Order: sequence, then C-alpha cells, then structure tokens
Amino acid sequence: MSDKVKIAYFDFASCEGCQIEMTNFGDAAFLELLNHVEVVEFREAMSEKTTQRINISFIEGSFTRESDRKRLEDIRNRSDIVIAYGACAATGGINALKNHQSDYKQDVYGKDADMPHLESTFALPVSAAIKVDYSLNGCPMDRNEFIRVVSHLVHGKQPVIPNYPVCVECKMNETVCRYELGDHCLGMVARAGCGAPCPADGIPCEACRGFVDNPNEESLITTLMEKGGLSRERAEARSRMFAANCRADAPHKIETPNK
Amino acid sequence: MKKDININVHHLTRVEGHGNIQVNITDGTIEKCEWQVPEAPRFFEAMVRGRHYSEVGRITSRICGICSVGHTLASVRATEDALGIQITEQSRKLRKILKHAENADSHLLHVYFLVAPDLLGAPSVFPLVPTHTAVVQRALRMKRFCHEWGSLIGGRTTHPTKVIPGGMASIPEREELETLKARILTEFVPDCLESLSTIKSVAGAVPAFERPTEYMAVYSPEEYGLYEGNVVTVTPDGNKAHYDVHDYKSCTNEWVSPQSTAKFAKNRMESYMAGALARFNCNYDQLHQKAKDAAAELGLKPLCFNPYMNSVAQLVEVFHSVFETLDLIDALLAGDYKEEELVKPVKFGTGSACVEVPRGILFHSYAYDNDGMCTKADCIIPTNQNHYNIQLDFNKLVPELLAAGKEEKEMELALEMLVRAYDPCISCSTHYLSVTFKK
Repeated sequence: MSDKVKIAYFDFASCEGCQIEMTNFGDAAFLELLNHVEVVEFREAMSEKTTQRINISFIEGSFTRESDRKRLEDIRNRSDIVIAYGACAATGGINALKNHQSDYKQDVYGKDADMPHLESTFALPVSAAIKVDYSLNGCPMDRNEFIRVVSHLVHGKQPVIPNYPVCVECKMNETVCRYELGDHCLGMVARAGCGAPCPADGIPCEACRGFVDNPNEESLITTLMEKGGLSRERAEARSRMFAANCRADAPHKIETPNK
Repeated sequence: MKKDININVHHLTRVEGHGNIQVNITDGTIEKCEWQVPEAPRFFEAMVRGRHYSEVGRITSRICGICSVGHTLASVRATEDALGIQITEQSRKLRKILKHAENADSHLLHVYFLVAPDLLGAPSVFPLVPTHTAVVQRALRMKRFCHEWGSLIGGRTTHPTKVIPGGMASIPEREELETLKARILTEFVPDCLESLSTIKSVAGAVPAFERPTEYMAVYSPEEYGLYEGNVVTVTPDGNKAHYDVHDYKSCTNEWVSPQSTAKFAKNRMESYMAGALARFNCNYDQLHQKAKDAAAELGLKPLCFNPYMNSVAQLVEVFHSVFETLDLIDALLAGDYKEEELVKPVKFGTGSACVEVPRGILFHSYAYDNDGMCTKADCIIPTNQNHYNIQLDFNKLVPELLAAGKEEKEMELALEMLVRAYDPCISCSTHYLSVTFKK
C-alpha cells in the first residue's frame, strides 16, 4: 500500500463536475487505477483525511476570494505536485465570465450585496495564489488525459499537454467545420487535447481548455465577425466564454505551466 | 443526565459542495443547532446577462457538475418558453431518456458512494474495495453504464453538448438505441435487482426519524414529473395544491431569516422538502409498476415522513427511470426516427421552466431582448429550497437524540447522515448566501 502514489482532491469555487468524472471510469479502469495510486483525501467522496505527505494534489475550482488563499497555501505545503484540475482551476474557466462586470453582486444579491461573507473578487486560476505544476484543462477535464498525465507522473515522465488548436483534432476526426455549416467556432485558438467532441456533436468549440500560447486574438475576432457573422460586441463576448482570463485584457495574466 | 456536547463539522464530507454542522449543548441545554453553508458564491445569473440564447444553457449547466443535465434541460426549456419554441415529439422523448439517465446516474452515485459507507460503518467507499469487492464493482459498473446511457443522448453527462434550444444538435443512430435497450435488459436490469437486495439488507441501519412537512415536485398529467410540467405540493394530511410554473415565485417564496443570512424557501408550511422522497410522496401513482414493486420490497409507502428514506426513494426512482427508458426507446423506434431541423424562435420574451434534478425541483427563468440576448436570469436550486427543511429537521432531531442519551459522536453521525440523505448539491450556489456564525 505504502509504495503507491498518494493522491488527494480539493475543491474551491466550481461545480465539482471534474471530480464526478472520476466515477465514470467503470469498474475495471477505476480499480486498476487504485492499484497504482492511493486516494488519501477527497472530501466529496470520503471522510478520511491525511497528515502524511501527498504526492499529487488535484485542485478543482477557481481562486475567487482572499480568504481561500491560506487553504491553498496549506495544500501546496502538503504536496509534492499540484495539478490544476479542470478549467476553473487552470484558467478561471466559466467563473471568469464576471471578471469584466462590476455589478454582479448587486444583480444576484440585491440589497444584501455588501455583506462581508459575499466576498468575491476576480475569478482567477489557482496559479494566482500558489505554484501549480501542471494543468488538466477543460470543462469538464478529459478523463483520458487525466489517466495519461497520472500515468506519466507515476512513471517519472514529463506529461505533455498539447499546444496546438482544436482545429487539428477536428481535421483528424474528419468533422465538418462549423463555419462550413453557417455557424461559428473558437477552435482555431482553443487549446486541443479534448479530441474536439463539441463540433462533432453539433455545437461550436468554446475554448473550455483555454487558448493556445500566443493566440492571434485580433484574427479570432475578425473571423467571428466576417466568417461567423457576429457583431463585434458578440464576437468579443464569444471569446470570453471559458477563456476570459486568457485574453490579453484579462485582469490576471495566466502563467501557463507544462512548458 | 445533563451533558455538554459540541459538534463542529467543518466542510461536511461526502456531499457535493461545502456545508458545516454546528451544535452546542451546555449542561443539557441546546444553545446552537445549525446547518451552515460557506460555499463560495459564483454569480451565474449575472454572468448570463448579455449572452445569446444559444449559449445560456451551456453557461448555467456549469452551476452544478452532478445535475448538469438537469440544469441544461431546465435552462434550455425556459429559453424555449421565452422564444415560443415547441420542440418535436422526437426531441422530447430523447431528452426524457437523458433525464432518466441522469436521475439513475446521480441516485446510484449517492446511494452507493455517499450513503452506503454510513450504513456499512465505513468512512468512504475505498475501504470497501477489499471487503465488499463485488458491491463496489457493481456500483462502478452501474455508474459507468448510466454515463454511457446519458452520453449516447446528451454527448456527455457532465455538461452535455447536444441539448440546445430548438431540439437536439445531433441524435444517436437507430442501431445505437437498439443496442442501449438490449444492454439495459441484459446488463443493467440484473444489477438493479442486485442493488435492491443489497439496499434491503442494510435498510435496517436507516435511522427511524419522522417529521411531517410539505413536499414539492414537478407535476405532469402525462407521467411521473421529471422532464417537464408544473408544480404540485402535498401537505402531511394528503392535501395537494397545484401551481403554474410561471408563478414559481408564489410557491418558493424565498425569504431571509432574522437569525441567518441564508435565503430560505417556504410555501404552505414553515418549510418544504424537494427531492426523490418529495416526488415519491407527490406523484406515487404515476410511478412505473416496476418502481412500485421495488418500493413495496423496500417497505416505502406514501406519504413517508422520514427524510433518511430519501435514499431509498432514490433507488425506487432508478427502477422507474430504467423501465421508462425502455418504453421511450420502443416508442422512438416504432416511429419515423430521423434527423430533424432545429425549431426556430418565433418571439423573444420571458420564459420559465421547472425540471426535477436528482435532488429536487429546479426552476430557471429568463428574459431575452429582440436580438436574442439574455437580459435577466433567475435560478432557484433544490438544495436551497431544502435548506430550511434540514434546519427544522435538526431542531426536532437533536432534542430526540439528546433525550435518547446519544453520545456526541453518535449525534454527529446522525446529523451528517441526515444532511447526506438530502443529497445536497451545495455548489449550486446561485442563490446561496454564505453564513458566518460566531464561535
């Protein structure tokens, strides 16, 4: 038991869907995984907690309030490797959609908006508070990529996260381009690695894995307008969807790990 | 015997999201007995403003990873209501199958992974791998099956891709539906029957506690309300009241308690319960016969006032969902099953919808401007509605446990199990106000 890699899960502002993905492996794959790793802490699934050193911590959720910093630092101090687990942790994900708004508290909470416990500032990636070693991108994160990364780390190898766009994967899948169907898409700047399921299912890629390094944002907006037929306002909003913090105008510049 | 008890559960385990339990008893007097929610607020209703109607469902899906199918369906249906869209019968049937898949998926996750460890005296499912290998294997196998069942219709089960305003972005092949049906019969139904035996064997460990309350659920004249309908509530005397979904605010009545900053909901009584037990109590007559048989086997009868039995009602609903799905597949395959165009909007206005997510009735409501951009959103989440009902259960249960001479650890476990029984989904935090209490 003791020679297994000790892994733990922690959650912050998120939907916890990436943790739920762990239960979708099926019996054979999941029990095989448990031959290689020991889950030592996972609040959503278990009451046990550990005081031992954690080899790999998976953190789901965004850093949205200063009061969470200490808990994040504590996890960092207890862990050899910290992995941002899913879009909310890796880039801020959907939570960052409010980062360019100023009245979100008033809209949701009305006259109670200024109560101190409603503290919430920018939705930021976990890397805004602590050092993150790797990111598992995506909303939800991809189970196969999870296995690949864990397998690499268990065997002492360096995981490789793709830095090419989702368009590459659509081409490999022979999925008809959304633009050819009269739709629009963010695939040309979106970080691949998911296998491009969304265009194959009939909806645009919304860059839930964030952007590739050095995306051509101006060209993205132009394409959304000229080929996708969107207004500039909507084109800007579109590129924000999951990737608000990846834009050049983001309040927090994302440090991309895995490089 | 007067005693001091101090229970302080910070970030309760084996629930979705973050909740705390605090009970302070000094010299036999209960000074504090509270269920608290410190979840980080996420502001979804503000975030969807200015978004196109085609994107809103994919944003609000992210409110919750466990009920993302239900959030997607509620969101897309409310949008379709606002846009005057009547989807085709084929799309309705496919979405109903997806809803059933989510219900079974989430219920099995809850019963096997979150509740069963309590009934077997384990802190989690992991110590059960070596001691109850076959049961854990079955649980993982069934969870995976539900994931494949839902993914076939929805694209995936965590944040589905294929449910969009106007219908379905793409549909499974006829042969894939035939295969699903065959696999349900040969693989899944036998596992359901095994699950029934397993739960029956540990049902004796379900605490006996009753507190009559009001129960709220989706009501459809056609079927056991899950995917669509209006609202029904039943009070302990069996009296039913019906509400149009567009008047949802008149039966949810969110209010702020003077002793707490968390929003609560109430209707005809001081609080109400939503979830599998509420649905069972409201709509028992419309359950599939196989589900009624399972309920009889497990000793569950309407009206049941024991909130711990919610987990048992969940297993009953698994039977309902699996057999309803078989009927829906038959109906789809008997017709002219084919790719269909999306139904286009005929207006832009306001719309509302309610959908049963695994843990209770969920309301979404939106307003759209003439460009199809969202101007206002409101989401009322089942766990939020259950919040005050949990608190009132605490208020009755703690004195009962105290009178029965329970020790601190037993009391803590009983309270934890009670919260877990509601299968709360706390990161559905749109309407949550977090609560800070003095120590």
